[in-house]
Amino acid sequence: MIISFLLLASLTIIGTAAAMSLKNLVHCVLALTLGLVGLAGLYLQLGAQFVGFTQILVYVGAVAILAAFAIMMTRSADPTLSNATATFRTSGAVVAVVVFAVLAWAIYYGTAHQPIFTAQPEGSVGQVGLALMHHFVLPLEVIGLLLTAALIGAGILAMDEHRGNQ
Amino acid sequence: MPEIIDQIFVVIKHWFMGYVPGGIQPLASAVLSVVPVMIVFPVLFAITTVLERKGLGRMQNRYGPNRAGWFGILQPMADGVKSLTKEDIVPRTADQLVHFLAPVMLVIASFLVYAVLPIGRNMVIANLNAGVLFFFAIGSMVELSVFMAGWSSHSKYSLLGAMRAIAQMISYEMPLVLASVVVIMAAGSLSTVTIVNMQAGYTWIWPHWYVFTPWGFTGFVIFMIAATAESNRCPFDMPEGESEIIAGYYIEYSGFKFALFFLGEYLGMFATSAMAITLFLGGWAAPFSFLTWIPSYVWFFAKLLAIIFAFIWVRGTLPRLRMDQLMNFAWKFMLPLSLINIVGAGIWHFMPAGFGRWGVVSLLVALSCVLLSRGLRRNKWFHVRTYRFAT
Amino acid sequence: MSPLTGYLLLSAFLFSIGLAGALTRRNAILVLIGIELMLNAANLNFIAFWRYGPHPEALTGVMFAIFSIGVAAAEAAVGLSIILAVYRHSRTTDLDKLNSMKG
Repeated sequence: MIISFLLLASLTIIGTAAAMSLKNLVHCVLALTLGLVGLAGLYLQLGAQFVGFTQILVYVGAVAILAAFAIMMTRSADPTLSNATATFRTSGAVVAVVVFAVLAWAIYYGTAHQPIFTAQPEGSVGQVGLALMHHFVLPLEVIGLLLTAALIGAGILAMDEHRGNQ
Repeated sequence: MPEIIDQIFVVIKHWFMGYVPGGIQPLASAVLSVVPVMIVFPVLFAITTVLERKGLGRMQNRYGPNRAGWFGILQPMADGVKSLTKEDIVPRTADQLVHFLAPVMLVIASFLVYAVLPIGRNMVIANLNAGVLFFFAIGSMVELSVFMAGWSSHSKYSLLGAMRAIAQMISYEMPLVLASVVVIMAAGSLSTVTIVNMQAGYTWIWPHWYVFTPWGFTGFVIFMIAATAESNRCPFDMPEGESEIIAGYYIEYSGFKFALFFLGEYLGMFATSAMAITLFLGGWAAPFSFLTWIPSYVWFFAKLLAIIFAFIWVRGTLPRLRMDQLMNFAWKFMLPLSLINIVGAGIWHFMPAGFGRWGVVSLLVALSCVLLSRGLRRNKWFHVRTYRFAT
Repeated sequence: MSPLTGYLLLSAFLFSIGLAGALTRRNAILVLIGIELMLNAANLNFIAFWRYGPHPEALTGVMFAIFSIGVAAAEAAVGLSIILAVYRHSRTTDLDKLNSMKG
C-alpha cells in the first residue's frame, strides 16, 4: 500500500516538475499528461473511482489536447525564444519555496498528531449520482450553465474575425 | 453438460489456481485472465486483415489476396514477416522519443480497454463499478497518441492529418458517450457485467436486448456511426485518406511501428464493437431462449464477427465524407439526436408498459431524425443574396 | 506520520511546483498549465480529507472535486482562447513582451 503510494507520488512529481521546467513546449504538455495520470492513480487508490476516471477523461482526453492545439496554433513550438524563463525568475522561485515551507509546516504540525478515520468509505458511482440529484442539484444546474457559457465564449473568442466580413 | 462447456475456461482457471502457491495467487489470477485476451484479439486482428482484403476485393469485383497459401489464408503471416523485417526509418528532424512513444501509447490504450468487456458468463477480467466510464476514459487517450504521432514526425502532411483526425475523434466522442448514457439509465449501473445481466432474460422466446426498443435502436445506430468515426474507418477516413494525404498522421512510420498503428486501430475497432454488443446487443446472451445451450463466448464472438462484417461492408460501399460534411453531421445531427434519445428513454421509463410508450417514443425519435436531417441540408439559409454583374 | 499527512504534503508540493511554474515561465500557455496544476493539487487535498476524515458518507469531498474538475476544464478552454485572441493581435505569447495595454 505504501509502495504504491510512493510509486504514484514519484510519477506525479516527476511529471509535473518536468512539465514546468522543460524547454520544448510539447514535451511540457506530454509530461503534464503523465503527472495527471499519476494523480488519477492516487485518486483511485484513495477509493474515489468516479473522480479518478473523470480526471483521465477530462484532463488527459480534453485539456491536454486543448493545450497542445493552442501551442500549435500560436507557433510556440518553434524554439526561437532565447529564454524559457521570465525576468523575475529568482523571486518567483523563492516565493514558491516559501509557500511550500509554510504549507508543510502547517500540515505537519496540524495533522501529525491527530487521529484519522481509516474506515474505507463507500464512494460508489450510484451514491455519487444520488447525491448529485438530491443534495447537490443546484450546483449541478449551475455548472451546466457555466459550461454552456464557457463553450459559447471560447468559441466566440477564438473565431477568426475576417471570416465574418465577407 | 452445456453449463460445463459454457464455463470451461473458468473451470480451467480455477483448476490451475489450485496449483499456485498462496502468496502469488492475486498476481497469477490476473495473469491467467489477461493472457488469453492478449492472445485471442491479435489473432482476430490477423484474421480480420485477410477477411477485409478479400471481402473488399469481392465487393469490387476482383479477387483479394490469393497467393499466400490456400485462398490467401496465410497472408497475415506474410504481412507480419514483411513489417518485422522492414527498415525502421525515422526522419532526422523528428522528435525521437515522442516518435517512439506514440504507437506504444496507442497499443497500451487499445489493450487496456479490454479489461471491462464481458466475453462470456462470469468471464470478465475486471468487474469495475464504473466499467463504462473506464472504457471511455481510456479510449480518450487514443487522441493524445494520434497527436504525438502527427507532431513528432515533423512533416506538414502528418501534422495536417493529425489535426483532422483529432478534430474528428473529439467531435464524435460526444454522440458515442451520450448514446451509451441511455443504456446506463435503463440498466441503472455503470458496470458492464450488470448491464449484460439485465439483458439476459427472455419473454417467451424474445430476448430483452436493448436494441429491440426504439430508444435502444436509435442509440445503437448512433453508437455504430460514432464508432466508425472514432476508428477512422470509411466513410470517415478523411484523416487517413489513402488517395489524398497517403497515410495521414502515420505517414513517417515504417516497419514494425506502422504495424503497431494498424494493430492499435483495429483493436480499437474491436473494442468499440464489443462495447456496442455489451450495451445494446445483450453481450453474451443468446438471441432466442431455445438457443441458450450454445456457449456464451460463442455468441459473443459470433456477434463480434457480424459487426466486423458490417464494418467491411460499409467500407466497400459508401464514399468518403468531406471534412466539413463530417463535422456538420456530428454537431448538427448526431449530438441533438442523441440528446433527444435520452429524453425518449426517460419517457419510456416513466410510461406504463404497452403500445403507448412504443408509439410515443418512436414518434419522438423518428420526427427529430427527419427534422434534423432537413436542417442539415438547409445550410444556405442565412447568406445575404449578392449580385454579380458582368463587367 | 499518518497517510493523511503524506497525501497533504504531496498536495502542497504539487501546489508549489505549479506556483513556481506559473511565476517563472515566459510563455502564457505554460502559466495556464501551472494554474491547472494548482487546481489539481487542491483536488487531491479534498479527496484525501474525504477519505481520512469524519463522515465520508456525505460525499462532500468527492462532489467538490468533481465540480472543481468541471470548472477547471471550462476555465482552461476560455483561457486558451483568450491567449489565441491575444496572439492574433500581437503575434507573440511571450509574457515579457505583453506588458503594455496600448495597441
